[in-house]
Amino acid sequence: MSDLIIVDYGAGNIASVKQAVWRAGWDADLSRGPEDLLQADRILLPGVGAAGTAMDRLRAGGYVEALNEAVRKRGAPMLCICVGMQLLAEELHEYGVHQGLGWVAGKVTRLEEKPGRRVPHMGWNKVHKPAGGAAPPPGILDRDTFYYFAHSYEMSGLDPAVIAGEAEYEGLVPAAIRTETVFATQFHPEKSQVEGEKLIAHFMRWKV
Amino acid sequence: MLKIRLIPCLDVKEGRVVKGVNFVDLVDAGDPVEQARFYDAAGADELTFLDITASSDNRATILDVVSRTAAECFMPLTVGGGVRAVEDIRRLLLAGADKVSINTAAIHRPEFVQEAAEKFGSQCIVVAVDAKQVSPGRWEIFTHGGRNPTGLEAVAWAQRMAAYGAGELLLTSMDRDGTKSGFDLALTRAVSDAVPVPVIASGGVGTLDHLVDGVRQGHAAAVLAASIFHFGTFTIGQAKAHMAAAGIPMRPVVEAV
Repeated sequence: MSDLIIVDYGAGNIASVKQAVWRAGWDADLSRGPEDLLQADRILLPGVGAAGTAMDRLRAGGYVEALNEAVRKRGAPMLCICVGMQLLAEELHEYGVHQGLGWVAGKVTRLEEKPGRRVPHMGWNKVHKPAGGAAPPPGILDRDTFYYFAHSYEMSGLDPAVIAGEAEYEGLVPAAIRTETVFATQFHPEKSQVEGEKLIAHFMRWKV
Repeated sequence: MLKIRLIPCLDVKEGRVVKGVNFVDLVDAGDPVEQARFYDAAGADELTFLDITASSDNRATILDVVSRTAAECFMPLTVGGGVRAVEDIRRLLLAGADKVSINTAAIHRPEFVQEAAEKFGSQCIVVAVDAKQVSPGRWEIFTHGGRNPTGLEAVAWAQRMAAYGAGELLLTSMDRDGTKSGFDLALTRAVSDAVPVPVIASGGVGTLDHLVDGVRQGHAAAVLAASIFHFGTFTIGQAKAHMAAAGIPMRPVVEAV
């Protein structure tokens, strides 16, 4: 069994994520089915595209129960990336309203366009730890750090106590959340060069 | 705050890097994966491959280049050229591209952009807008490296593409491309001010001040250049430092560990 199982549900840039984990110094395997999550030491939930479609695929693959079992009951650390983070919300408002995993209170809504704020939020932005928010895994966001973002939807209505990172974009955009053994990023660590590699390494060393 | 992106672009023909001067007179200059690794280490904010392989026979070549690049580079990668169907996009994304750039296919059938954005998400759909000035203050879309006019007015076309779900526009002045005389700033500004999505300015960079002008005067969210980096005239670090010194918000180059 490798160090990390990447949930392969047909909605992620799996190849990049796998390479990034390998570069950071660990082995990752793609899940062949939900049962692979039950034994996994660590889990990575990637995701690109529309959140509703991604959620449908996660459900159709039988992964929702397995994630509950492995992460929420057994406490396996999980890293969620981009749409993978958005799936944690209760409601996904993108091409209709879809039900998310509901692991955190809040919903996924379209980023509001404003003067100085083009949508998608595309490129490198500085992420900081908000006062009174959740603690990221040790080593992550000890200082403000640049990561790569590419998204048109954001988490909204979050409990400030779960927000582990924020980015300033004509208003604050939730950039990372932490709840129990889940750490989730709106940005793409697997595309964030050296800083992304460090984040993955810190997640892999995270003792929950 | 969100930083302005500096994007080196590699023109790739049959798996090799070339750079055209006005899209003719190509000079072979290296292995794309080698170049990509170099730009990744140098702290480029993204990388773009434009596949200018003429025939569709060699489409598999770019997929191999993309997958080898994605295996070694930890940076966002956009791939354009020959993207005509949803299947082309799927293959490029699976090979490791983060975004694909659609050009001629959008002109032939604009709804293709809508379908692509709905299927893969706007964040990975770039539309390449190749424009040429036809009269003062008016630009039109041209295809085939600037040879064929379409009659489409560039600003209205850019707005339509954004409305159809393009997450980003790669705007190239066909008058300036390969000339090293700077971006067409009036064009860049007209398009950037008319659309809600990020615009990447392209075509004509010859000096570091041109990059600054593209952002300051052209209002671009990102600037793309090829030959100034490719032939070693300037490094990514020099370009970023120059832009930052001019007051443009840039991500500092991070030393590799």
